[in-house]
Amino acid sequence: MTRVEENKEGIKGMANPTRYGIERVAYLLMRLTGLGLLVYFVAHIAETSSILQGKVAWDEMLALTQTTGGHIILALVIGMCVFHTVNGIRVMLGHGGIGVGTPGRLDYPYKPPSQNARHKIAIYSSIVLAAIAMMYGLAVMFGE
Amino acid sequence: MAAQSTQISKPTSIPASKYVTLRISKFNPKKESSPKFIDFKVPYQKWTTVLDAILHVKQNLDHSIGVRYSCRQASCGSCGMKINGRPALACFTKIIELNSDVITVEPMNNFPIIRDLVVGFERMFSTHKKIKPYIIREDSEITPGTKEFLQTPEEVEKYIQFSNCIKCGLCNSVCPTMATDSSFVGPQALAQAYRYIADTRDKGKKDRLKIIDDSHGIWRCHFAGSCSQVCPKGVDPAMGIQLLRGYLLGFRS
Ligand code: SF4
Ligand code: FES
Repeated sequence: MTRVEENKEGIKGMANPTRYGIERVAYLLMRLTGLGLLVYFVAHIAETSSILQGKVAWDEMLALTQTTGGHIILALVIGMCVFHTVNGIRVMLGHGGIGVGTPGRLDYPYKPPSQNARHKIAIYSSIVLAAIAMMYGLAVMFGE
Repeated sequence: MAAQSTQISKPTSIPASKYVTLRISKFNPKKESSPKFIDFKVPYQKWTTVLDAILHVKQNLDHSIGVRYSCRQASCGSCGMKINGRPALACFTKIIELNSDVITVEPMNNFPIIRDLVVGFERMFSTHKKIKPYIIREDSEITPGTKEFLQTPEEVEKYIQFSNCIKCGLCNSVCPTMATDSSFVGPQALAQAYRYIADTRDKGKKDRLKIIDDSHGIWRCHFAGSCSQVCPKGVDPAMGIQLLRGYLLGFRS
């Protein structure tokens, strides 16, 4: 059966963060930061391996990271790293069944215990911490 | 003894109806290439549900509307559809709750469209069946000489919430993994796997964990939680899935 026949929303639906609460925003940010960090990881290996081409190549590469563009990319990497780590701890604990509530008899209107305030606070905290870390990084890099 | 009389009070007059525009997605995949929306003006009262409004259209304005329903009381799981963009049971959603002059109804995503608002559940039912949704054990309460399998109230609490599932498919229709992965087992079946594993009468844990420990199984869930937010029966599939994964990760035995 093709995707159209199954009426799937596809990547557009998967990546839409405007529905189903902050948890869906965290889901999207987690995927994006994961991809971003993977790209950074590959770029970082390419960057550091320039030392094999001698001191001049290495200095040229270092100079690139000292430009405004280089600073902005590094600040983004800091933000991605912090968000992915803090939210990752929340998700990992959740995946083990920790902090997702206890099964029981729910009364109407049902409030799913897994979508609890602890998780929401953890998501907002990861976003705020990532923003603070980015600002600190920018202050250090541009304050030189 | 004095004869008892029953007084039937005069029915109070029904307030005048207000009108809402019901925008229905019409699509027959066998004959048409894309869906089109048709608007109908429908009267409603404070008790009118979206299903009542659709049935009003079907009865009075367009008999050809394809809609599936049965119990009209959130029990059979037949009438799930997207109502103003969010999946819900049409029989369990009142027009006034929506606070909107235009109500758009569309078939749920992640299910093949049969016609108009009706989607096919074959795949969901087959994944449900795949996880063995029944108590597995050698002996049985109906074997002569076997006693009842007693459970304490606390043991029942562990799974009772998950046994409320009516197989409406709303959870599968909002799952971001199901939006792209046609082979993912889905929140409905995973929550049911937990329901049976958590049942102290069941001995099929090993079998079921093997079934869901698959490349398109439980590991594809990233705990977005949308399934739990739309579930009309308070099943909380996201919780069931994470507790289930706890068994595979060694957090619980
Ligand atoms: S878990 Fe909830 S949303 Fe999913 S099929 Fe069962 S009742 Fe419907
Ligand atoms: S008609 Fe049965 S759930 Fe709506």
